[in-house]
Amino acid sequence: MELLERFASGDLDAFETLFRQYQGLVYAWTVRMVRDRGAAEDLTVETFWRIYRAHARFEPVRDFGAWARRVATNAALDYLKTARREVELPANLASDPAPDAVQQQEVGAAVRRAFGELPATLRATATLALIEERPYAEIAEALGISVGGVKTRVFRAVRQLRKKLQSMGVEP
Amino acid sequence: MSEPNDKKLEELLRSAIPPVKHAELERDLWPAMLRRLEPRPIRVSWWDWALAAGAAAWFLVFPEAIPLLLYQL
Repeated sequence: MELLERFASGDLDAFETLFRQYQGLVYAWTVRMVRDRGAAEDLTVETFWRIYRAHARFEPVRDFGAWARRVATNAALDYLKTARREVELPANLASDPAPDAVQQQEVGAAVRRAFGELPATLRATATLALIEERPYAEIAEALGISVGGVKTRVFRAVRQLRKKLQSMGVEP
Repeated sequence: MSEPNDKKLEELLRSAIPPVKHAELERDLWPAMLRRLEPRPIRVSWWDWALAAGAAAWFLVFPEAIPLLLYQL
């Protein structure tokens, strides 16, 4: 029996093989979405837990990697919706920075704060599209929406980010 | 909203939040996965036990309350 068929029938050895084969892919995708290594490791395990529970619904003709990325995206979105939004500050502030550098740091902090205040779905889509520069088709597949839907979310994210920055007195 | 302004904002976003450089997994997560797969015992809090004990005591003292409760359910 093929590996995916054995997994679909609930074979734990087959699941372990798939886990070892795809844990890196799921982690890499998740860490790009949540930007926290510890959380990404926990979410990778959570993703495979969801995959294991849903083994009976998996069709062996499907692409396991694409399915795993979709489950990982949902797990990461759940995390982003509930996780405390922390304001990231520059880790290595210079002792006596030049005026331009200070202004740049302030703008950077404002951008991070404004971006962190966006709804989780917009933030995740914009993170993958604009920061990580992943292909729109890949993002669409992972989010379970069309490429047009991804473009709409990115557009809305940029528009909301601009509004938030303007309300903070930052003119991008 | 003009396109050049969007590009400028996107560049600002990338400079404030740079892309993840090292997205490689540094350890095997299978042991953590195995721990997750282990069946977890159902934990009942002391409050739930106290509530159940209180209800049982109440029904022992006032058995006529049982039909009333069933009617409410």
